[in-house]
Amino acid sequence: MATRTIKVDYLARVEGEASLKLVVRDGRVDQAQLSIFEPPRFFEAMLRDRDFTEAPDITARICGICPVAYQMSSVHAMENALGVTVDGPLRALRRLLYCGEWIESHTLHVYMLHAPDFLGYEGSVEMARDHGDLVRRGLDLKKAGNEIVALLGGREIHPINVRVGGFYRVPTKRDLAPLAERLKRAREAALATVQWTAGFDFPDRERDYTFVSVSHPDEYPFNEGRIVSNRGLDIATADYDSHFVESHEQHSTALYAQMRDGGSYLLGPLARYALNHDRLRPLAREAARDAGLGPVCRNPYRSIVVRAVEVLQACDEAIALIEAYEEPDHPAVAITPRAGIGFGATEAPRGMLFHRYRLDDDGSIAEARIIPPTSQNQASIEEDLANYAEGFLDLPDEALRHRCEQTVRNYDPCISCATHFLRLEVDRG
Amino acid sequence: MATRGRLVVIGVGNPDRGDDAAGRMVARRLAGRVNSNVEVRECAGEATELLAAMAGASSAVLIDACLSGALPGTIHRFDVSRDPMPSAIRPWSSHGFGVGEAVELARALGELPPVCIVYGVEGGCFDPGAAPTSEIAVAVKEVADRIFGDFVNEGP
Repeated sequence: MATRTIKVDYLARVEGEASLKLVVRDGRVDQAQLSIFEPPRFFEAMLRDRDFTEAPDITARICGICPVAYQMSSVHAMENALGVTVDGPLRALRRLLYCGEWIESHTLHVYMLHAPDFLGYEGSVEMARDHGDLVRRGLDLKKAGNEIVALLGGREIHPINVRVGGFYRVPTKRDLAPLAERLKRAREAALATVQWTAGFDFPDRERDYTFVSVSHPDEYPFNEGRIVSNRGLDIATADYDSHFVESHEQHSTALYAQMRDGGSYLLGPLARYALNHDRLRPLAREAARDAGLGPVCRNPYRSIVVRAVEVLQACDEAIALIEAYEEPDHPAVAITPRAGIGFGATEAPRGMLFHRYRLDDDGSIAEARIIPPTSQNQASIEEDLANYAEGFLDLPDEALRHRCEQTVRNYDPCISCATHFLRLEVDRG
Repeated sequence: MATRGRLVVIGVGNPDRGDDAAGRMVARRLAGRVNSNVEVRECAGEATELLAAMAGASSAVLIDACLSGALPGTIHRFDVSRDPMPSAIRPWSSHGFGVGEAVELARALGELPPVCIVYGVEGGCFDPGAAPTSEIAVAVKEVADRIFGDFVNEGP
């Protein structure tokens, strides 16, 4: 029996620590495993007995790349538990903050982590030697996102200005005006990024994914909406547990998620795009069309183009939000603690991030559950490896290894986020 | 090593992950003791953030925890103004895109400060939530003193 094993001990250009293993027997993929070995971090246990007000700042520490997503899912879940609605300018500011995170996170991935795969470079350093101007454009675009997060969040990394009910301090119209001008330049760069990535050479691979995302009737999804799929799922966030289930696989410290009726599902740009394409702003929708994306894209290698479209969407929306902004009377809605259960699902750059909290009468957290997008995508990543690698088996090992890594990078996995919990079983014989 | 123009000292790491805090501990020791031409910063370590922090400086000193197999607390010092860091020394980064990449990216873009020094402090424990080890605390003091002696007290 001819056996060929491809191993990548440290995956490069992904956030966090993981390895992958592909076992090929007689020309067929026998095993495809993404092993996440970043240690689990027990954030859910850490949250217990803390006050509900602390959740946004504690959960923002889970990830240096997508802290806003953690803050947003936690505040929405808390507000759901406490019977509070945040709307008007405060809701708009939350969307603006999320725009900042999408711009910085997606741009980092598109330019620094993913583009080198398509242009034949080992990494962004090698790419920068030949394409300095492109890399500079990416850095400048990313910086525009950082500036939004720094202004609204109080600082670029692990923002500290978000609270349950709103913000600690809100900007004036004058604070935001220079940002709008900055974002107009970023929007040009974002449009150029869509055009640039659309010209890459993509492997011709597709699967019939189950796409899942948050969906809102009037907006491309960030903070609010129902959880929908392309297979007819359409549920309130509170019903998440009735339709999704987590399980532990021995080779990974991150939990796996599946639909309760069996089968993996895919979160992130491809899913959001497929399920909400008609709610993109006209500029982003036109750019997507001109880039050759239909209303649905099932080729995960093209996710880099969809990410670029979402950066354009975020720049354009951020400008519109700033132009329409009216300062609120209060930076936050008043809240009275009470017992309750709350659910929040918002769209992190990598896909839907689910939080559930149970609060005691005094507002202390009795129970917390956090299900990040990368752990939900693990099964789909492995299925992509198993399905697509077979078409690449004629490549020599080094090239095949590269294709496997590229296949994982399609997901922009955020592995530190994924390792949120591990059930430890000790077998002592 | 006297320096003219702006000096930036960047402590890199995660303060909540054991010895990974080393770089930031050095930065905290130096903050408040420095002249007006010296900017002391703390960064999580993502390369583009580091690139932005170094932009326009005439000299940069980066301090990060690293793993090379040496004893915890060992201090490595590299002048990367002309040559890259040796590949055997891997600054410890959970992002896979950190100090080494930032330096080389800056060099490729022609934006590396003319003088750029990287200190690596060998870490032993990177467990989430762990306190830095005693070996690291000793090394942090020594690195801070060396940076102070080499750069900071020379004045603008």
